[in-house]
Amino acid sequence: MAIFIDKKTRLIVQGITGRDGSFHAEQMKKYGTNVVGGVTPGKGGSKVAGIPVFNTVAEAVAKTGANTSVIYVPPPFAADSILEAVDNGIKTVVCITEGVPANDMMKVYHYVKHRGVRLIGPNCPGLISPELSKVGIIPGNICEKGHIGVVSRSGTLTYEVIFALTLAKMGQSTCIGIGGDQVIGTNFIDCLEAFENDRSTKGVVMIGEIGGSDEEEAAKFFKKKMTKPVVAFIAGRTAPPGKRMGHAGAIISGSSGTAADKVEALNKVGIPVATSPLDIPTLMVEKLKMKKTKTTKAAPAKKSLKKAAAKKTTAKAASKKSKTSKKTAARPSIKSKKR
Amino acid sequence: MKIHEYQAKELFAQAGIPVPAGRAATSVDEAVAIAEEIIPPVMVKAQVHVGGRGKAGGVKYAENTEAAKIWAQSILGMDLKGLTVKKILVTKAVEITSESYIGIILDRATKSPVIMVSASGGVDIEEVAAKTPEKIHKLTVNPRTGLQPYQARELAFKLFRDIGLVRQVADIISKLYDVFWKVDASLVEINPLITTPINQVIAIDAKVNIDDNGLFRQKDVAAMRDLDAENTSEVEAREAGLSFIKLDGNIGCIVNGAGLAMATMDLVKHYGGDPANFLDIGGSSNPEKVLTAMRIIMRDPNVKAILINIFGGITRCDDVAKGIAGAFEELHPSIPVVVRLTGTNEAAGRKILAGYKLPTAPTLDEVVKKAISLAGLKEEEV
Repeated sequence: MAIFIDKKTRLIVQGITGRDGSFHAEQMKKYGTNVVGGVTPGKGGSKVAGIPVFNTVAEAVAKTGANTSVIYVPPPFAADSILEAVDNGIKTVVCITEGVPANDMMKVYHYVKHRGVRLIGPNCPGLISPELSKVGIIPGNICEKGHIGVVSRSGTLTYEVIFALTLAKMGQSTCIGIGGDQVIGTNFIDCLEAFENDRSTKGVVMIGEIGGSDEEEAAKFFKKKMTKPVVAFIAGRTAPPGKRMGHAGAIISGSSGTAADKVEALNKVGIPVATSPLDIPTLMVEKLKMKKTKTTKAAPAKKSLKKAAAKKTTAKAASKKSKTSKKTAARPSIKSKKR
Repeated sequence: MKIHEYQAKELFAQAGIPVPAGRAATSVDEAVAIAEEIIPPVMVKAQVHVGGRGKAGGVKYAENTEAAKIWAQSILGMDLKGLTVKKILVTKAVEITSESYIGIILDRATKSPVIMVSASGGVDIEEVAAKTPEKIHKLTVNPRTGLQPYQARELAFKLFRDIGLVRQVADIISKLYDVFWKVDASLVEINPLITTPINQVIAIDAKVNIDDNGLFRQKDVAAMRDLDAENTSEVEAREAGLSFIKLDGNIGCIVNGAGLAMATMDLVKHYGGDPANFLDIGGSSNPEKVLTAMRIIMRDPNVKAILINIFGGITRCDDVAKGIAGAFEELHPSIPVVVRLTGTNEAAGRKILAGYKLPTAPTLDEVVKKAISLAGLKEEEV
């Protein structure tokens, strides 16, 4: 199990013949993602890394049965590409493109919601469910299959955290970069909810940054709806006061969006915030331990029996998993590469 | 991107929003000529990118041409919150019977434009919002269907009861909404929108911020950028496709990704250093970007060490390494350059840099600590 992408993902790459599109199409294919096609108008009939290229998304979907799309086209064409994917029945659209005008995205966002499509990004690194599927640009070799969900507004900072988790032997269920723009398709709450409902996820790492109030909203959601532990990091604690957006900025947000505000909101609901990204694994270990002791204490007798039984099975599953992860450690991972 | 009041008023005038007659001047003679042409009384207004110009003495009323000349002399060249005034707007003064506020901004939470109006416009609008939020009326517009005439009317009725005034204001709100979309604005604001004794409604101030991502299709607006109003290094960085903000510290930072850049800066501070800048080389970095980044940072005499932290994804470590190598060939840095390259094509990147024997570290925390300690060593040597 994982969220948003898995072995059933049949991916097309929009902008597959460009510099980034071709490079990452090949990377995704090598990782094991089922890349069934690519789209570049005028390049239909050609191939990139053995992947067939089509002129339109309509044609690509008809010929390949794709259900997911990843977009690498330049910013002026990004909104159009998202709509092309949505109108042709693609259910999950991941837009990597950086620099898409916010006005384009406002219109696209509301249309996509209306069509019930999952849009991730734009201006994001995409997502990866280790050993199942990778859609986007997150380096596969820093990930390891496991039980930690990662959701982040950042790109490279996410890699830093994933890598720290992997080194600490805490594999990931799905890692997702939701993007740093003002208008993004999927927010923290969408991901927290999906991780809460995902059986393979035991804890979630949330990486936020200054600006907006998404972290504060996520804190509220956590308090109301989540049973799984969440550990956070907020970038920009030392950032100078940003360039203010006139009076309206202060009026609309109602809060300053500073790191201090976000840390306070998260701590208040019981989400610890790490000082360095490298401290995240330790915090997660502590939280997972705390959760176990808490549930055994709090649960009434009957339920605790059931839970104990459930725990045994999960423990079995975990030991099975650790065996498989040992196996996977034998294949070249970033650790062996680095040393 | 910010534009000046006089430029925002040009956009408003093109859209049919009533603004007082006037033009920008860069010299006293020019200012006097404009004052004579539009017939005093006039307002003389400093054109700089700071708020609270009036309270800081950058906005003055001139009864006649002589007064306009005196104010132009005193405002041109004055220092306004750290910025030198190089342009002034000379505009027709109007009699005011009421001051309202209209603003449109992109709201992250609803992913929609939000229109805000208040009958308590003027210089203290932020205080009004903080202390009496009930005096600010907000409307979220569905960006797919756009602003409807009834919505503009509803908002206008929050400001006035007189149907003549309501019609004028509703028309202005609709036109302002059109400006917001037409120029890819992230903010448009009229504060104050005034009424005159003969019931005219006029925008006597104007503020427009443009979404940088929309500039590629806004050639006319992009040309309004006032390079004089910006830090030269920041201009150079932007032209090279870098995000750069100058700070006062001693550790120069070159990082890919805004989040990682901020996290790196946070750790520099945490371990006892002080970041000299925020610099994000962005994705798809070409070697030229890294070279420009090094050039900009090395120009800062406070910088005692440069910390390069790259976690490759779409950015390829070999591209960055080529840029670093180029910087060494061309700029011969005399301060320590500490490099961490991880991710896409990292082995190739390391190979390129092998000959330069640069100090390096495997993790984020360690590379930050190393840069700080090397910066300190350098200080002791001097």
